[in-house]
Amino acid sequence: MGDPVELGAAYSDAGADELVFLDIAATLDGRRTLVELVRRVAERLAIPFTVGGGVRSVADADELLAAGADKVSVNSAALERPGLVTELAEQLGSQAVVVAIDAEGGRVRSRAGTTETARGAAEWAREVEERGAGEILLTSIDADGTRAGYDLPLTREVAAAVSLPVIASGGAGGAAHVAEALEVAQAALLASILHEDPARLASLRGELLAQGVQVRDV
Amino acid sequence: MIFAVCEYGAGNVRSVVLALERLGARRTDDVAAADLAVLPGVGSARAAMAGLRERGHDAALRERVAAGRPVLGICLGLQLALEWTEEDGGVDGLGLLPGTAVRLREGRVPRIGWAGVDDRGAFYFAHSYGAVTPAATGWSEGIVAEVRSGSFVGCQFHPEKSGALGARYLERVLEEARSLSLA
Repeated sequence: MGDPVELGAAYSDAGADELVFLDIAATLDGRRTLVELVRRVAERLAIPFTVGGGVRSVADADELLAAGADKVSVNSAALERPGLVTELAEQLGSQAVVVAIDAEGGRVRSRAGTTETARGAAEWAREVEERGAGEILLTSIDADGTRAGYDLPLTREVAAAVSLPVIASGGAGGAAHVAEALEVAQAALLASILHEDPARLASLRGELLAQGVQVRDV
Repeated sequence: MIFAVCEYGAGNVRSVVLALERLGARRTDDVAAADLAVLPGVGSARAAMAGLRERGHDAALRERVAAGRPVLGICLGLQLALEWTEEDGGVDGLGLLPGTAVRLREGRVPRIGWAGVDDRGAFYFAHSYGAVTPAATGWSEGIVAEVRSGSFVGCQFHPEKSGALGARYLERVLEEARSLSLA
């Protein structure tokens, strides 16, 4: 869908509140590429930048932050070794640690959604909060790609379970969905609906403003 | 304009370096000689204070402020400049200005996201502790957003991540530093 560096810069200029890069392929070779990409994107941004994908250690996280990320996101590695969350929080500060939770049917899924775990999303969110996570990035696999709206029941449940900020993800089709999600979560993530037409961000912000959602001046 | 960043070993200082360079300032490692010294806002208090001491930045910063030379503290950098923070079981700060930092007691913590600062517009915040100080000069939702004491300016928000408004904030800080150095 285009050059991530140019896209990132365009979103930053157009008023995105934050940029999130999730490297879902996350191979060993891919790590070097990701770090270099983060370096190039960071040069063009004046907004917060969260990067995730294959972060398995504090060293991985340090590398991304040194390259220009402001926060790191962990997912599978935290499920496999929850102590990682604490290590990251102690080293980087909780405000730099995002735990991404992918859920389907209320159950947490690991490894880019390929593996089901026995954990409930809310219960896992509570555990990572205890361990020092700063934010939860909650993706509903059920809603993802449907453009029929975010998974409000799931998001509400997780948001009620923790005192951390929650980012809703998966299902956005338009401004009304984003507005709804912002009633139950502290942030809303959009991906494909913007990437296919980045100019959509500006019109979306206008629609949100018209619906009474607080949108900052850019 | 020459700036120095008082690194203490953790996190991303690249954002603030890039933001200042974009405004035409150049970076030096010499904290004492720089027109503006920046105390960045990453990591947590105990490790940060240890990192500052290891590198001699604590003494350098105290000397700068005693001599009336500009220092900008960002986020944790503002909190470290106070006398003490509740973070990490209680950590003594640099004492560059009076007051303490305490854990935020209301709302979701960390307090992450964009919030208005007085009537200036929205800036980006990401913090779990807030300042309690007589030196406050700016507020956001009842929380101290900016402090000033002598040549020290501290902001709880991250101007380097606050878009165009943040860039203008940094520009003003640089201008103030320039006038102080010409005085």
